[in-house]
Amino acid sequence: MFTSQEIIETINMVKQNNLDIRTITVGISLFDCVSESPQIFIDNIKKKIANYAGSLREVSNEIEDMFGLPIVNRRIALTPIFLLTYSFSYDDLIKVAIAIDDIAKEIGVDLIGGYSAAVHKSYDEKTKKFISSIPEALAQTERLCSSVDVGTTRSGINLDVIKHLGYIIKEIAFKTKDKDSFGCARFVVFANAPDDNPFMAGAFHGVAEGDSAVNVGISGPGVVKRALEEKKDASIEEIYETIKKMAFKITRAGQLVLKYASERLNIPMGIVDLSLAPTPKVGDSIAEILEEMGIEKVGGYGTTFALAILNDAVKKGGSMAASFTGGLSGTFIPVSEDCGMVKGVEAGALSLEKLEAMTSVCSVGLDMFVVPGDTEPEVISGLIADEIAIGVYNNKTTAVRIIPAYGKKEGDEVNFGGLLGRAKVMKINRFSPYKLINRGGRVPPPIISLRN
Amino acid sequence: MRAIITVVGKDKVGIIAAISSLLAENNVNILDISQTIMQGFFTMIMLVDLQGAKLKFSDLKELLKKKGEEIGVDINMQHEDLFNSINRI
Repeated sequence: MFTSQEIIETINMVKQNNLDIRTITVGISLFDCVSESPQIFIDNIKKKIANYAGSLREVSNEIEDMFGLPIVNRRIALTPIFLLTYSFSYDDLIKVAIAIDDIAKEIGVDLIGGYSAAVHKSYDEKTKKFISSIPEALAQTERLCSSVDVGTTRSGINLDVIKHLGYIIKEIAFKTKDKDSFGCARFVVFANAPDDNPFMAGAFHGVAEGDSAVNVGISGPGVVKRALEEKKDASIEEIYETIKKMAFKITRAGQLVLKYASERLNIPMGIVDLSLAPTPKVGDSIAEILEEMGIEKVGGYGTTFALAILNDAVKKGGSMAASFTGGLSGTFIPVSEDCGMVKGVEAGALSLEKLEAMTSVCSVGLDMFVVPGDTEPEVISGLIADEIAIGVYNNKTTAVRIIPAYGKKEGDEVNFGGLLGRAKVMKINRFSPYKLINRGGRVPPPIISLRN
Repeated sequence: MRAIITVVGKDKVGIIAAISSLLAENNVNILDISQTIMQGFFTMIMLVDLQGAKLKFSDLKELLKKKGEEIGVDINMQHEDLFNSINRI
C-alpha cells in the first residue's frame, strides 16, 4: 500500500500542478498505400488511417478516465508525403492534403503531421514542386502539419532550400492572413529532424519506423515549478536533483500511458519523448521554472545557464523512467504557447537574440514567435540559417517555427487561441543577409560528421 | 484490477458508511482504508479490488462522483498503476 503522502502528492501533481500527457501520437506508414493514381492513393490512405487510428480518440479518453490524467492531444504522424507523391501534380498534392485533413477531422484527432520532405541534400524539380504546394496545402486545411528538413550533421545544409523557404513562409502567412497567419504555426523547418517525434508541427513517421508505432509526449512544467517552490534556499545541486526526480515521475506516467495505449490500440510501443511542454495556462510554463530557479524575468542573463541545467536534469531523470526515449526529448521554449515567455517579451527581457542563444542548449529551437508581417524573406532565411547552423554544427535537433504575421507591426498582438496561445510581435534585426542567402548551393557537412 | 479511491471534503457523519455501502452493493472489495484530517479536511484513501465489480470502471467512477456530490465530498477513483508507476521503481 502507498503512504497517504504519496497518494496525495500524486493527485496534487495532476489536480493542482497541471500534470498531463501532451499527446498520444500514432505513427502510420503509408508505403503500402502508394499508387500512380492520386484518387486510389487518397482512398488507400483514408482507409489505412481510419483502420489504425480510428479508435485513438476513444482509447485516449478511456486512459484519461482510468488514471484521472488529462491527455491534451491525440495526433497522427504519417510517412513524409513527399516520398509517396513524386509523380503527382500540384493540384493532386493539394487534394491529398485536404483528404488527410478530412480524415483527421472524421476520426477526431487534433493534428495530423507528415506533409513533409527531407531536402538536406538534393533540391530538384520534384522537391520544389512539393515545397511550393505547402502554402496552399496549409491554407486549405486546419489540422494538417508540415515540416521540411534542410540540414543534418551527416550531410550538411542546403542553402537553396533555405532561400526558398523564406518566400514559402511569407506565402503561408499571406494565405492564412485572415487567421493572423495561423498557417505558419503548422509549419516547421528542421535540422536533424527525428523520425519518431510525437510533437507538432514536426511529427512524421520515419522510413525505418515500421508499419505503425505509438509515441507519447509528456508535459508537466507545473509539477517541476511546484517542486522548486519548496527549495527556496537550495543550492544548484539540490535544484538539479529535485528536477531529476520530478522528471522521473512525470516520465513514468508517460511510459504508463504509452503501455496502455499500445495494448488498447494494438499498435507497437514506440518512444516516450522527454520534453517538458508548456501550455498557455499560468502554472504550466517553462519560463516560470527558469524564474523560480532565480532569474527575475526570463531572457535576463543566466537564462541560458538555467535552461541548460533544466534540460539536462529532465533528460537524466526521464531516461531511467522510459524504456525507449526518442523524439525531441528536451525542453520546449515556444513563445506564444508559454505565458511566462510572453510576459518576458512584453517586459522587454526576452529578445529574439536571447531566444536563439537559449535554443543552443535545448531541443526545439526558435518556436512560435511572431515577427512583423513586412519582414523580408531573406531575413527569414537568414534567421533559419543561423538556427540550422546551431543544430548541424552541434549535432542536435533544432527547428524554426516563425510567424511573420501579415499586416502586423512590432508590438501588435496576435492571438491563435487554445494550445497555441497569444503573443506580441517581436522586434527583428532587419540588416539584410540578402547576398549570403542568394549565393545558394550546399554547405558541406561539418568535420564532426566524420566519426568513423 | 485494483484502484485507489480518494475522498476529500468537510468531515461529517456517515461518509465512510455511504461510500462503503455503495461499493458493497456493486461487489467491490475494500482491501485497505486509511483516514486522516489534513488541514481541516477529511481525507480518506481506499485501495479496492474491482475484479468482481458489477459495473465497469467508468460507470463506477461516475456513480462515486455522484454520491460525492450528494454528501458534499469530492470522490475520485484512479487505476492503481498510476501510483505504482510514479512512486515505485
